Amino acid sequence: MKNIVVCMKQVLDPEVPLSLFKIDTEAKLAVLPKATPPVLSPFDENALEAALKIKDAQPVTITVLSLGKKLTRAVVKASLAAGADQLFLLEDESFSDFNTFLTANALAAAIKKLGQYDLILCGIQAADTNAGQVSTGIASLLSIPCITYARKVELVGDRVKVERTLPEGYEVVEVPSPVVVTTNYEVGALREPDVEAFMSAGKKPLTVWNVQDLGLESGKTSRTSFLKMYQPAHDIKCELMGGASPEEKAVKLVAKLKDLKVI
Amino acid sequence: MSENKGVLVYCESAGGKLTTTATELLGAGSRLAKASGEELNAVLIGSGVSGLAQEAIAYGAQKVYVVEEPLLKDYSTEPYLMALEEIVRQVAPEIILLGQTATGRDLAPWLAFHLNTGATMDCIALEIDPGSKRLLMTRPVYGGNAQAVQVCEFNPQIATVRTKAMAPLAKDSTRQGQVIKVVAEIDPAAIKTRVIERKLEAAAGVKLEEARVVVSGGRGMGSTDGFKQLAEIAGVLKGAVGATRPPCDKKWVADTQQIGLTGKVVSPDLYIAVGLSGASQHVSGFSSAKVIVAINKDPEANIFKVAHYGIVADWKAVLPAFTAELKEVAG
Repeated sequence: MKNIVVCMKQVLDPEVPLSLFKIDTEAKLAVLPKATPPVLSPFDENALEAALKIKDAQPVTITVLSLGKKLTRAVVKASLAAGADQLFLLEDESFSDFNTFLTANALAAAIKKLGQYDLILCGIQAADTNAGQVSTGIASLLSIPCITYARKVELVGDRVKVERTLPEGYEVVEVPSPVVVTTNYEVGALREPDVEAFMSAGKKPLTVWNVQDLGLESGKTSRTSFLKMYQPAHDIKCELMGGASPEEKAVKLVAKLKDLKVI
Repeated sequence: MSENKGVLVYCESAGGKLTTTATELLGAGSRLAKASGEELNAVLIGSGVSGLAQEAIAYGAQKVYVVEEPLLKDYSTEPYLMALEEIVRQVAPEIILLGQTATGRDLAPWLAFHLNTGATMDCIALEIDPGSKRLLMTRPVYGGNAQAVQVCEFNPQIATVRTKAMAPLAKDSTRQGQVIKVVAEIDPAAIKTRVIERKLEAAAGVKLEEARVVVSGGRGMGSTDGFKQLAEIAGVLKGAVGATRPPCDKKWVADTQQIGLTGKVVSPDLYIAVGLSGASQHVSGFSSAKVIVAINKDPEANIFKVAHYGIVADWKAVLPAFTAELKEVAG
């Protein structure tokens, strides 16, 4: 049976109100209030949905990989509840949210260790780094192509057919498997778990690997480093239009824009 | 390997001209090259692109490397990567700049992994550290909630640059430079991706990236009808209509109208944000607009921390009068 690997990253909740978001400038990382649970990176959830859509149409195994320093079991096991068949956690003190090179190497090593992989799905970019590089890194290390911005993914025999968005339209491409495909939100939102999948999630295989298990050579350090991280100052003071009614405010706004010569 | 020197800019073209992004990259590259005391070079890859070499020189390139093959007529990762790697092998630059465009987002990470170096994506500022002489790259992280300054310890240092973040040099057609044609060995058998269909849908009316006025709506617009009202305003002001992600998700507008970190980046004279909260992801797409206006019924909405002018009220109560007055004044 074909094996679809879905890489899902645990991230700080990107939807948290800005007032609760803080950067620890020493650690060069964001810190959220302890009560805010982490989530699976949204585009990675789309990737899982793409895998589940393929599974709706043909028998496949869906293997989820999640890499992090310390993974919250309830968060990552949601992938099993949604319908994935097995979960591999790559956990190690040396892992970091912002180390493209190490993350790609670790994920590629894990995928090779799985043995069979016909399609590897990832989100277009993680909600914290916004970089979109690890997917390409995995493809590079496995010497396979990487197709990005997919809005539809199909497994057709030993080929993968992808409909992908372009800035002003779309294209349909076909590649022999295995291949890495990154998904945009357009593949669809991750489905709510059905009762059966939710109940059986706890019984599905969960394996934990560290860097030794992955046989990673030392020296897979980051190729870039942070000099600093900060929240930019918001020094714009918004001038609100006054007026007794919304209509009055609207007229004032037009007058202001005319004054500024932008209309 | 010989010492890496100089700045190499990957130039894209459209409609027979360099893209504005390419000219911005050349501007940024020129300043970095000057700060390093090194050369600024450009690379053009495609079919029928050699005519653009003079334009690249006019915008600051000292040498322009051109790879031209019929096989390279349309962008595709594998052959373009082969061509670019051949240029990088020959030129051995210390810094490579690409646009944070569909092509740049694709090529930069591949290049980084193949060359065992790092790529830093979506940079909004670049400078040479006077002490270490390394490239300091500033980019947004955490969906735009924060910024980080990154350095790459390896060569070449690769950066993709956000559109509209850098200024081009003034075009000078008297500038002299060298055009070098390069033959890249592109093995068609190594190209595994087959394009079955490609459909480009030209945006009706003004293009978002070129519009001097952009009117955007968010979740608060409620429906396609809400966006019709925004389209009316855009029509009066000869602008374009944008959106945050929820309206695209709900199909009130086309996905190509999304403005933000994973959508389009615009830099209009006037940005009118209606019924949208102003999440960092979206703000990243228009923060360089000259005048930002917000209309939202929630006084605590983040958009009011980003806008220059605003109205706290339900857009349904504001837009009819706003549109009527605009027609009087600007129609």
